[in-house]
Amino acid sequence: MRFREIITMAVISLGANKLRSALTMTGITIGVFSVISVMTAIGALQTSIESGISFLGSNIFQFAKYPANVNAGGRAQKKYENRHNISYRQALKYYELMEGNAREICLKSFDFKGQAVYNGMKTTPSLTVAGSNKSFLVANSYTLAYGRNINDEDVAFSRSVIVVGKAVEKRLFPHESPIGRTIKLNGHNFTIIGGMAEKGTAFGQSQDDICVIPITRFFENFGESNRTVNIATQSFSQELYNTTLDKGMGAMRIARGLRAEQENDFELYSNDSLKSAFESIAGVVRIGAFVISLIALVAAGIGIMNIMLVSVTERTKEIGIRKSIGARSRDILRQFLTEAVFISEAGGVLGIIFGVIGGDLLALWLKANLIFPFGWALAGLIVCSAIGIGFGFYPAYRAARLDPIDALRFE
Amino acid sequence: MLNTETMRPRGPIVIDIENITKHYVMGEETVHALRGVTLQIHRNEYLAIMGPSGSGKSTLMNMLGCLDTPSSGRYEFNGKDVSAMDDDELAAIRNREIGFVFQTFNLLPRATSLRNVELPLIYAGIDPVTRQERAAQTLRDVGLGERLLHKPNELSGGQRQRVAIARALVNNPSIILADEPTGNLDSKTGEEIMALLENLYQAGNTIILVTHEADIAHHARRTVHLRDGLIESDALSEATEIQTLAFT
Ligand SMILES: Nc1ncnc2c1ncn2[C@@H]1O[C@H](COP(=O)(O)OP(=O)(O)O)[C@@H](O)[C@H]1O
Ligand SMILES: [Mg+2]
Repeated sequence: MRFREIITMAVISLGANKLRSALTMTGITIGVFSVISVMTAIGALQTSIESGISFLGSNIFQFAKYPANVNAGGRAQKKYENRHNISYRQALKYYELMEGNAREICLKSFDFKGQAVYNGMKTTPSLTVAGSNKSFLVANSYTLAYGRNINDEDVAFSRSVIVVGKAVEKRLFPHESPIGRTIKLNGHNFTIIGGMAEKGTAFGQSQDDICVIPITRFFENFGESNRTVNIATQSFSQELYNTTLDKGMGAMRIARGLRAEQENDFELYSNDSLKSAFESIAGVVRIGAFVISLIALVAAGIGIMNIMLVSVTERTKEIGIRKSIGARSRDILRQFLTEAVFISEAGGVLGIIFGVIGGDLLALWLKANLIFPFGWALAGLIVCSAIGIGFGFYPAYRAARLDPIDALRFE
Repeated sequence: MLNTETMRPRGPIVIDIENITKHYVMGEETVHALRGVTLQIHRNEYLAIMGPSGSGKSTLMNMLGCLDTPSSGRYEFNGKDVSAMDDDELAAIRNREIGFVFQTFNLLPRATSLRNVELPLIYAGIDPVTRQERAAQTLRDVGLGERLLHKPNELSGGQRQRVAIARALVNNPSIILADEPTGNLDSKTGEEIMALLENLYQAGNTIILVTHEADIAHHARRTVHLRDGLIESDALSEATEIQTLAFT
């Protein structure tokens, strides 16, 4: 029998039970969708990262208490929690040691979320409030749009001055210039000295809901005891990056009071380390998506098998008729196998289409490049064929093996 | 005595069975459907198998049509031993050499007349164009040229049986096996179907007909009576004798 003939037969039979075929297909679609959408989104993020989105400004490394990938869980988590915070004093020690060896040294504490109020208007209650110094803008890839930046004196005298992000400006000063105005930030007055240019969203979060105040003022108003300071350092050039990093490492160990045999009790962040942190998170998500879709696909495969067994029973008479006019066992086997593979493949194709659309929408939202994951799509189709054949074989075999006379007598 | 059968040249033997038995084991009991049937059927014969219900007619018919296998005995179809054939060879015989017509029509309910008649040609591997032409022509031959794209539930019983006959004919089989072809039809429609079979016989086809009605059986030229799985008599039918008388 010809291939086209078999496909036609499969389409006709499946068309006779549209709802049932569609429902059976849905299982496969969901399984394929979950893996393809996740792989598309991760792939999109990855190409974006590789093609130049940097987590940090250029030539910058950063020291912090916690690693980027904190959800390590268990004992590892404990290890980080038991660490001492990086105190402002230690940070200042580092600053002292590194001064002159780096272009910028940004000390910052920004685990605090607040709300700014002006003239009855309010910002989001989860406004990021960063306590820092003059280097904050450069170290975090912000640019000053107007006014002036925080300077050393503001820090030295812990002045109540503030540089606001674009979102704050839009919310509180829709019609006037914010410069020189005094806003209330969680009950404390701050005078606006400058504003940052709009930065947009990254990984789904607005980067403009932010304001920066001198780190000394930050501690006075919001407390110092439970806070840890992050230190970002920018080398003078690309060439000096590694030397600066080595020096920074030494300075950090001195600032933390570590002896030679003690291991580092702080984490280094660089674009490289963040990339690999992303990789390891992506790896976990990938495995998760893989396992979930595998489970979904096995469930869907069992669904196909079930439906095909029902179908074989219902169509026993049809099988008898076909055999009585000359269908060979393998013609019947092929017919039912094709139906199973067809359901599976159709479900798979839909899953790939929806998965790519879903994954790319997510990528679009995260401002990443759009991609089509050819490898995964191909793998999806192959897996779907395997599922169709694997779970369809037994029902098809039962159909093929039916005795012509018994099948014909079946009512 | 002159006889139409002797006037008509007898063809070679198509079916040759010897001492065929068939029994079904049902728990403690064994049902002997056929107890030893010996029969030879020639090409161009028109044979009726008669007998009361349960006498083994259908069992014998299914055996002749290579749908069922005997418990013992020898069966040669066109000189070839059927018991030695594998599944594919049996399927090929059913496809090319035998055309089945059933009491309950046994059409695929969701397929059009054309598609139903095409089916044997599909399994014979014939290309779509030739196949459609031949199926349509055969349907026209049985008087259904206007009903090519109707589904079985849009046809009357007689029309359905015509579709089934067209399907049996379309691959030019050696013999046509009809098991109570008029059993589900009213007598007038039944007569029409019998007239169609008569035409096929006149055109040179070999026909084996199973029936328990004498009215239907008298269309055949030879009648085999079965009782309790054994052949009771094997003779030229009355119609033939009447015709024979007319010739004398
Ligand atoms: N598949 C079967 N299992 C058990 N007994 C059967 C089966 N097919 C036929 N028989 C028995 O064999 C005998 C002959 O049946 P059948 O050939 O159908 O008779 P007929 O067609 O002459 O009415 C009956 O007694 C019937 O009950
Ligand atoms: Mg019967």
